[in-house]
Amino acid sequence: MANNKKKKLTPVQQEYQELAKKREPGRAVFKNSVRAFISGGAICFIGQIIQEMFVHWAGFTEKKAGDPTVAVLIIISVILTSLGVYDKIAQWAGAGTAVPVTGFANSMASAALEHRSEGFVLGVGGQMFKVAGPVIVFGTVAAFVVGILHWIFNPAAVGG
Amino acid sequence: MLKGHQSWIFEKRPTLLGAAAVVGPFEGQGPLANDFNIIHGDIQLGQDSWEKSERALLEEATKLAIENAGLTKEKINFYLGGDLMNQIISTSFAARTLSIPYIGMFGACSTSMESLALAANLVNSGSAKYVLSSASSHNSSVEKQFRYPTEYGSQKPPTAQYTVTGAGASVVSQKGNGPYVTSATIGRVVDMGLTDPFNMGAAMAPAAVDTIQAHLRDLQIEPGHYDLIVTGDLSKVGYEIARDLFKKHKIPMQQTEYKDCGMMIYDYDKQMVQSGASGCGCSAVVTYGHLLKKVRNHELNRILVVATGALLSPLSFQQGETIPCIAHAVSIESGGK
Repeated sequence: MANNKKKKLTPVQQEYQELAKKREPGRAVFKNSVRAFISGGAICFIGQIIQEMFVHWAGFTEKKAGDPTVAVLIIISVILTSLGVYDKIAQWAGAGTAVPVTGFANSMASAALEHRSEGFVLGVGGQMFKVAGPVIVFGTVAAFVVGILHWIFNPAAVGG
Repeated sequence: MLKGHQSWIFEKRPTLLGAAAVVGPFEGQGPLANDFNIIHGDIQLGQDSWEKSERALLEEATKLAIENAGLTKEKINFYLGGDLMNQIISTSFAARTLSIPYIGMFGACSTSMESLALAANLVNSGSAKYVLSSASSHNSSVEKQFRYPTEYGSQKPPTAQYTVTGAGASVVSQKGNGPYVTSATIGRVVDMGLTDPFNMGAAMAPAAVDTIQAHLRDLQIEPGHYDLIVTGDLSKVGYEIARDLFKKHKIPMQQTEYKDCGMMIYDYDKQMVQSGASGCGCSAVVTYGHLLKKVRNHELNRILVVATGALLSPLSFQQGETIPCIAHAVSIESGGK
């Protein structure tokens, strides 16, 4: 696709884009990866602590403790979003705060906050999934495709 | 009066009688803090939506500019201005409050100089005695419309620019002792085929160079004619590219000082702004706050402000369209001592 786009450009545009490319600072991929690893890991570590607390103090089984753990992480993320802190952390952490469930909660809470001024129905209701919507849609599509592949290559699992 | 192909000379020397720059808290933490008329501590300005906050900023800047000119709003013949919101609501709604005959303009971030150039032309041609012009932007209202919700945690690339929360306004008058608006060059739309809305500096740089080149050609002058040539909001990335282009086109910019408003308003070491600043308010508050002050006290005698604008919409870039850009130049000279 990149080549297709280039073909439509005039020689002057192509020449300029090469010049501009040289002056464009690249994303610090290595630094960003390390930061994402640390921050994403830290969120998972906190999640693990919360889960252990539910198991040891609230009598949940290891499996059942997952749901309340996710709920607590979501609440923390929403609180940090409404205090205006989450986006500052995210600029540092990058994928580290975007990938875990806290990033998903942030995308919904931030959209809901932002569009509160347009009312509850058209604003909050209509715009809440503005950022998160594609994740849900294509997550479902991906799950469907994986499910079909699973059924084709492992029919025993379905039959059982 | 038309000079050359696309420039105007204002031989009657319209005067910038009054000006004002009103900014938000983040801009108030930057190095130009002392040059702004009002710095708001509350980014919402006590309003319940970002759009209303931007309008409040603008209303304050326009009122203050009229006040600084020693006039009342009834004396102003026309109001020209624009902003980045869809259907330029900030400016039109502020014009409702002001109730001055109004011409809405859109030139994205080049609106500051687009409106000043036309204001000066109206005054110079005798079509008006006093004209008010303005440009404004609000970081959060722009983020909301063009990018993501303000509190959404997305990592911005190093080429991204931070939209200025600020409004700048000025009153141009037939009579006065300067600073004078002496000439203007209206730019053409330049599109180099760039599509990345997080790298607008690179998209806009060719438009700035094109307009500066046209200005020098039309007026038959060299860059050394000015003490300072300043572009609107190219920021670090676009500024470096513009420098490369000047060299390539053999424009002797070394004769003068060349700066960019987008690199002046924030402190790169202390404030997390990636490439620099952008937005309608950027060139407006830097010009009407910082630069005009220097022109008034003769630190600078002749300056050329080249406001740059990216004429994209959220829709156009989602549909994969390239970013058309424009730049308008206005020269300002200091008056008698």
